[in-house]
Amino acid sequence: MEHFISLIIRAVFVENMALAFFLGMCTFLAVSKKVEAALGLGVAVIVVLTLTVPVNNLIYAYLLKDGALAWAGYPDVDLSFLGLLSYIGVIAALVQILEMFLDKYVPALYNALGVFLPLITVNCAILGASLFMVEREYNFGESVAYGFGAGLGWALAITALAGIRERLKYSDVPNGLKGLGITFITVGLMSLGFMSFGGIDI
Amino acid sequence: MKIKDTLLEPIFTNNPIALQILGICSALAVTSSLQVTVVMCIALTAVVACSNVLVSLIRTRIPNSIRIIVQMTVIASLVILVDQVLKAVAYETSKQLSVFVGLIITNCIVMGRAEAFAMKNPPLPSFLDGVGNGLGYSVILLGLAFIRELFGSGKLFGVELLQSVNNGGWYVPNGLLLLPPSAFFLIGLFIWAIRTWKPAQVEEDEFKIAPNTQPQEA
Repeated sequence: MEHFISLIIRAVFVENMALAFFLGMCTFLAVSKKVEAALGLGVAVIVVLTLTVPVNNLIYAYLLKDGALAWAGYPDVDLSFLGLLSYIGVIAALVQILEMFLDKYVPALYNALGVFLPLITVNCAILGASLFMVEREYNFGESVAYGFGAGLGWALAITALAGIRERLKYSDVPNGLKGLGITFITVGLMSLGFMSFGGIDI
Repeated sequence: MKIKDTLLEPIFTNNPIALQILGICSALAVTSSLQVTVVMCIALTAVVACSNVLVSLIRTRIPNSIRIIVQMTVIASLVILVDQVLKAVAYETSKQLSVFVGLIITNCIVMGRAEAFAMKNPPLPSFLDGVGNGLGYSVILLGLAFIRELFGSGKLFGVELLQSVNNGGWYVPNGLLLLPPSAFFLIGLFIWAIRTWKPAQVEEDEFKIAPNTQPQEA
């Protein structure tokens, strides 16, 4: 249990998806103008990551890995080069299914998250988490914890940035830095702040 | 005029990173060393150009409702190709790039150009548009990597130019430049520079700050 908790904490603070690995930057910068929207997107990312990372883990372990097809009688087959194609397919399909499921059974949540779900398919943080999971050879349990932690970290970062930007728009910024420029510098400062978690080893 | 514009416009006037805010995701993490950056730029330019040509070739046959999935499949297949080539030719660099080659799939530049340009234009202009956007991305990335590697570790392409204190030289490396936050600062300053040069790109204020109405003290 301790192992999983430390994995989650690492994923949230030390290896924050947005601020340490620059993943999901496009949506991170585009949807961080209002705290409410940022929070909605953050929750959607948590849900999608907690689902896709474990599913991709199963696909990798039982279909793609070198020798993974032994259960089907093909011990010599190595399909790991198909990884990228499968992961993105799984992500796109899962997001679509989630959207239809929410639309039918939880319309309130669908209305809140609806706009953001299609955006998530092309969010690098989602694919990135799956690729990190493969690279670090997590097992199924670890991949659930990692997916949740990575999502939580991203949500935390975007909500914090949105909070800062809501205040920032009242400030007097030099002409060329308006909008995008000052946002980048703000994110840099946030990233610097998150780096102070760097030495923590749990 | 048309062809030259398609190729050159994305480099400064309509830069994918500085103006369209596309493709920042994988861009910043790979810029701490110039060699890795060059490989990444070549990989991305190749993928954008090829995917633009392929999508443009089949654009009249793609049913509108599933076009995103089709584009995604084309792009993912190309990225797999690039990934395999890199692993065969430059294994060390491909290890350093780790997941970021794979992340070209979700790089918004590739999807964005396929959707916005290649779906509406014939193959040749699409190819040029792809190369142009790839170059626009490369210009920013190479600039970042140049500054970060030169001042962060005193080297370029791994060759020591500014001899660092540790090796008996005079230059004290600025460690901050090798850390993630510096990429954000530098790109912010880049945007500032480009917008000072081309003021048309400056964003409008959401709020105008009223001038101070209090009479000034003498």
